[in-house]
Amino acid sequence: MKTKVYNKQAFIALQSILVKEITRYFRIWIQTLLPPAITMTLYFVIFGQLIGSRVGLMEGVSYMEYITPGIIMMSVITNSYSNVASSFYSAKFQRNVEELLVAPVPTLFILLGYVFGGVSRGMITGVIVTLVASQFVELQINNWAIVCFVVILTSMMFATAGLVNAVFAKSFDDISIIPTFVLTPLTYLGGVFYSIKMLPEFWQNVSLANPVLYMVNAFRYGFLGVSDIPIENAIALIIFFIVGLFSIAYYLLAKGIGIRS
Amino acid sequence: MKNKAIAISDLKKTYSNGFEALKGISFEVAEGDFIALLGPNGAGKSTTIGVICSLVNKTAGSVSVFGHSIDQHLEAAKRCIGLVPQEFNFSQFETCQQIVVNQAGYYGVPRHIALERAEVVLKQLDLWDKKDSQARMLSGGMKRRLMIARALMHEPKILILDEPTAGVDIEIRRTMWTFLRELNEQGTTIVLTTHYLEEAEQLCRNIAIIDHGTIVENTSMKDLLSRLDIETFILDVDSVPNELPKLENVEYRIRDESTIEIDVPKEKALNQVFESLTEKGIRVLSMRNKSNRLEELFVQLTERAQVVDREQKNEN
Ligand SMILES: Nc1ncnc2c1ncn2[C@@H]1O[C@H](COP(=O)(O)OP(=O)(O)O)[C@@H](O)[C@H]1O
Ligand SMILES: [Mg+2]
Repeated sequence: MKTKVYNKQAFIALQSILVKEITRYFRIWIQTLLPPAITMTLYFVIFGQLIGSRVGLMEGVSYMEYITPGIIMMSVITNSYSNVASSFYSAKFQRNVEELLVAPVPTLFILLGYVFGGVSRGMITGVIVTLVASQFVELQINNWAIVCFVVILTSMMFATAGLVNAVFAKSFDDISIIPTFVLTPLTYLGGVFYSIKMLPEFWQNVSLANPVLYMVNAFRYGFLGVSDIPIENAIALIIFFIVGLFSIAYYLLAKGIGIRS
Repeated sequence: MKNKAIAISDLKKTYSNGFEALKGISFEVAEGDFIALLGPNGAGKSTTIGVICSLVNKTAGSVSVFGHSIDQHLEAAKRCIGLVPQEFNFSQFETCQQIVVNQAGYYGVPRHIALERAEVVLKQLDLWDKKDSQARMLSGGMKRRLMIARALMHEPKILILDEPTAGVDIEIRRTMWTFLRELNEQGTTIVLTTHYLEEAEQLCRNIAIIDHGTIVENTSMKDLLSRLDIETFILDVDSVPNELPKLENVEYRIRDESTIEIDVPKEKALNQVFESLTEKGIRVLSMRNKSNRLEELFVQLTERAQVVDREQKNEN
């Protein structure tokens, strides 16, 4: 009797949270969907065309082609994260999270609703940036399955992390601290623009402690078939992070930390 | 006997800063009732509602809604309740229709049904022509009605309204009263908090008065009003007679060998009372009003309500 069977109603609730989330970022598309298109265009023009043309081949492909997967991944990470962080924080701040708390929505579904909302924005951003990239390079895809699998897992991981951030945030500043001081450095040092093989051995080893490196390389493997890291390790690590963060987020929501007095 | 719509027993809440907002309150609401939870600001009304609707974690005690304990069957309990909170708590940037349809979705109402219901409910609350307006564009009264519409989307058996008419002008307040009365006649149990005595008097059959986190009175509106009409006096007398006077509607009680207490309805002339005392040879040396906790509270409440009314008239 005690096993939880989620009924149809819980799935309708999940669908409603998703609709709400997706409507939200489409409503403010100038703040959400446009910036990655612009920033990434700049990256391609500056690093890809201007500088890249002097760099020569990397692992047998043009520099532009080499950095494309990392740049897509970078925008997927930031957008999944900040979608959930700002949406959940503002739901807390405007108190419309109470709409969910008074309703019989199981905690798991509240969590999934926000995470999938973030994943969807990550995916849409990914598609936009890929389309931008395809204006500059002839994209080849070595393994579609890996591309999709890695990008979905990565955005799940960062969407969940964004929720954890929002739960603890006490002001809007608190949701930009992690992206600015943690995510951005990790992505820049995560081998988006270079191969860690180019680094001295010491820094290669330090880089291996950076989770973003694994995601970027797994994703690049999906496109180009080259990676600094064994692909299985990369996927195992992402799954490990998802499980960890998801458990933390579930615990926080179930306890009502920051949302119930 | 009717079902209990809400049963609260020895409910306590201490906030994380150590403040004890509820000190063990108990009361029941019968199915189909229209009850007011009356009390001054800071009394603990919103806290009580917060616990019932799982926005506030209780510290001790039990709450059940139509027999579903919020500890064991929270989801079933939640389905029975529609909440209209004290503060606006919708997303300011969503449209009226999005807000009510999504809310229905959270209760598991399929989207196509939710869209139909949204039309009915928004029309009832006179918001249909605003269905595509963002919530922030609405006036205060409309926002309040939007929250009522939202609370009705899943057709709850109980509607709980936390100060629904605060900051709403008098005309709209009366329309809202009519709406609530009709809803109650159709069978919805209604719990309403207010600090307007008049509102409780106009609408409610029963009343629970809460102050400083305790229930100071829980009775029918009728009983309460009749009791408020009675004034109690304390008389210092030179000697207490063997037999007390008899006078219609007046109650005499002996407190000690030199004090008598009398309850006199406000409309009764005091001359008659004194005559009755004189007849029995009782000499009254001095007399004072017995201060009555309930009355003090009411004076406080009605004064505040008048101030608020005046403020609102000035605003309009
Ligand atoms: N989150 C909170 N933390 C600490 N104290 C609170 C909190 N919420 C309410 N209180 C206090 O609890 C008391 C009761 O508040 P409330 O239930 O909102 O009163 P009412 O709705 O009757 O005006 C008030 O003194 C208020 O200051
Ligand atoms: Mg209140």
